Amino acid sequence: MASNGIRDKVAIVGMGCTPFGEHWDRSVDDLLIDAVTECIGSVPGVEKDDIDAFWLGTMGSGSSGLTLSRPLKIGYKPVTRVENYCATGSESFRNAAYAVASGAYDCVMAVGVEKLKDSGFSGLVIPTPANDGTESELTAPAMFSLLAPSYSKKYGVDADVMKEVMTHIAWKNHANGAKNPRAQFRTEVAKETIACSPLVAGQLGIFDCSGVSDGAAAALIVRAEDAHRYTDRPIYIKALSFVAGPAEGPLDPAYDYTTFTEVVRCAEDAYAQAGVKDPRTEISMAEVHDCFTPTELVLMEDLGFSERGQGWKDVLEGFFDLGGGLPVNPDGGLKSFGHPIGASGLRMLFEMWLQLRGEAGERQLASPRLGMTHNLGGAPGACVSFASIVGAERD
Amino acid sequence: MRAQRGDTAAPDRTGAIMSSNDRRGIVSYGAYVPFHRLDRTAIRASLGQGGGTGTRTVAAYDEDSTSMGVEAARRALWGAPTPGSLYFATTAPAYADKTNATAIHAALGGSREGFATDLGAAVRGASGALRAAAATGGMAVLSDIRTGRPGSADEVAGGDGAVAFAFGTGEQVLAEIVAQASVSAEFLDRWRVPGESYSRVWEERFGAQAYLPLITDAVTRALKSAQLEAATHVIVSSPQARAARAALGAFPKSSRADGLENEVGFAGAAHAGLVLADVLDRAAPGDTVLLVVAADGADATVLRVTDAITRRPTGDGVRDQLAASRAVSYPDFLTWRGFLDREPPRRPDPERPAGPPAARSLRWKYAFEGSRCLECSTVNVPPQRVCVHCGAVDRAEPVPLAAKRATVATFTIDKLAFSLAPPVVDVVIDFDGGGRYGCQLADVDPGAVAIGDRVEMTFRRFHTAGGVHNYFWKARPVRKEH
Repeated sequence: MASNGIRDKVAIVGMGCTPFGEHWDRSVDDLLIDAVTECIGSVPGVEKDDIDAFWLGTMGSGSSGLTLSRPLKIGYKPVTRVENYCATGSESFRNAAYAVASGAYDCVMAVGVEKLKDSGFSGLVIPTPANDGTESELTAPAMFSLLAPSYSKKYGVDADVMKEVMTHIAWKNHANGAKNPRAQFRTEVAKETIACSPLVAGQLGIFDCSGVSDGAAAALIVRAEDAHRYTDRPIYIKALSFVAGPAEGPLDPAYDYTTFTEVVRCAEDAYAQAGVKDPRTEISMAEVHDCFTPTELVLMEDLGFSERGQGWKDVLEGFFDLGGGLPVNPDGGLKSFGHPIGASGLRMLFEMWLQLRGEAGERQLASPRLGMTHNLGGAPGACVSFASIVGAERD
Repeated sequence: MRAQRGDTAAPDRTGAIMSSNDRRGIVSYGAYVPFHRLDRTAIRASLGQGGGTGTRTVAAYDEDSTSMGVEAARRALWGAPTPGSLYFATTAPAYADKTNATAIHAALGGSREGFATDLGAAVRGASGALRAAAATGGMAVLSDIRTGRPGSADEVAGGDGAVAFAFGTGEQVLAEIVAQASVSAEFLDRWRVPGESYSRVWEERFGAQAYLPLITDAVTRALKSAQLEAATHVIVSSPQARAARAALGAFPKSSRADGLENEVGFAGAAHAGLVLADVLDRAAPGDTVLLVVAADGADATVLRVTDAITRRPTGDGVRDQLAASRAVSYPDFLTWRGFLDREPPRRPDPERPAGPPAARSLRWKYAFEGSRCLECSTVNVPPQRVCVHCGAVDRAEPVPLAAKRATVATFTIDKLAFSLAPPVVDVVIDFDGGGRYGCQLADVDPGAVAIGDRVEMTFRRFHTAGGVHNYFWKARPVRKEH
């Protein structure tokens, strides 16, 4: 896959992130104002008018740039609304970063927002265009539940052990989220509770699924050489990769529901851009798309953190725990934050921002060097995938 | 010869053996018995009234008269192409002011040539469909869903099902029409104003005394016209159960066909046909059949079974289908028929399928045709303009998949998805001869699904939204490989 990347050309110099949760008392406008105001406030001396252009990611909480410019009274600036399923927030960030790298603008902002709780529905609702009624009616948990039995079968992992692996992932992410004041769920959950939760789809219990919440996040992005004019601790973009698959999984009998080919390709591209040869040792921490627990397991292998068929062992051995060799979802992940689609990708970057600047409080990892964020959207065999790598140092 | 009052008989019946070229009658047939059964004792157990003994067949929540009609019509083709005319009769039409027969015609996958129409919404429409199909060499599709208010006689005595008969001439005729006679009468025995969910009936004894002379009249004239003393098999089908019992009782016991009341129930416009199919499933060449439909009059038909009956396929007859079933609880039965409005999950209502996209994808949505790449032979399901394997653009031919069997590659149980019969079972299947597809699995116990299970496709009504019925295909377990 050919990409030149923008390694060390662009930096994040400010961020904001609302608490995620059931914001019955806050509108989409309120969440946007809160995230953008916090982001601007994190950079002394910067005013709203200093920002040259905006990218807004939202899947369904608004259309067009007016969704952002109207509540914030952004005057006559380019505001682009983007959507790319569950990678929507990350797409806002990627496109904003490219605009700075191109030289078109000096200072831009990527914003993401989603308000899911106002619909009154359980789970995620994705609006569909007028259609012939033959599209699959599978819910998200049903689609992702196909991973668990396939993984078990392919690698000879007993169903009970598989449940243990899934439970460990949920337990770990809730344990991390309990340490995060912005998380939707801030309590540790006992493994027995997770393992015994009512089934939603296949082997997935309630606790194997991420929650539904509202939230917003924002990042201020400038050229790397200008970064120190804004902050003494910028973080630098090492890689940005995005892949939309040909959606061949549902049509191809060879697809076995144990991998996301899109993620494999996307990660390879990101590592090439960042010069990462061995992600397991070089990546200090990762925020990955733990929409469902088997997803996180498969991602450990697709992202190259574990050998094929070995991810489940690494999970059980605690390799991805907060104190492990490669902490995954140190902020609590989608499991603890819920998944307001447009905001999640930027929320992941916010954890990188805190960790790389040493501001992550009781979750703080010891001198992390490179962090990775990852989103995927769609279903096994037919998805989009985003990956970024960011670091505290400019090489 | 054409007798008075609509009597008809095969021409030139003067005792001489007719040439097979002059035969007109049934050339193939097929029945569809839905998979679900209601134990009639469950009604009284719940309501303290109504009910009875035995079981009745129950169309699943995702079936209606049109979808069951498709299933019967598919089984009635015996490899022949879609007939040139198709007549659909039911008392429970899925649509009014829109032809239902066209959906059946589309699902059979033939060309658009030909005629497809509905006949009324009364039991006697079955006679109309059979006569029209016989006259034109077409197909009669008879399908019905029968119930009544909870606790009613119609609820317990009704049954759901469908049957189809293709007609033609010559040597292929397996049941020749020898004679027909009809009488018509206007009286108030049962009726339903369009839009109501159940029928009303007059006092049973009134209808019984009204029907019996009508039946006698039609039968006498038909037998006389056929120059027949007695028939090998006698079928009397009527929504007036008392009249049907009395009329049948006048014939020798050995000739009385099992009306399937104990296992199926009175299946409305499909009932006479289902019993006839069951009789033909076991009939021998030379047998004669007296078929009486007593509904708003009486129609008597005499059929003679020919040597061509030996062409009938085995393994999927009425008895075979009755042998495989799954019990449905009375609350689920009421829910499926719309008499019990249960709390849905907190999910959006299904969306109405849109007209133009459905029209564009007709061969996929109704006929279940995928595409086969002409460059690499890969089967794409649904059909693709760009091959998933080799990327060739617009180099594909249609590949009919409705009759293909498949194997379950993986599956899941979805407890979140909206359904009148949760949980939804989703399967990923690989078709014999190529092609992978993900769809719902119908008529299944969720606990009994396994990778490697064999499935076949079935035409269903997924849901109704905005007044539009969303018809499409699901997989269902193969009951018996044949």
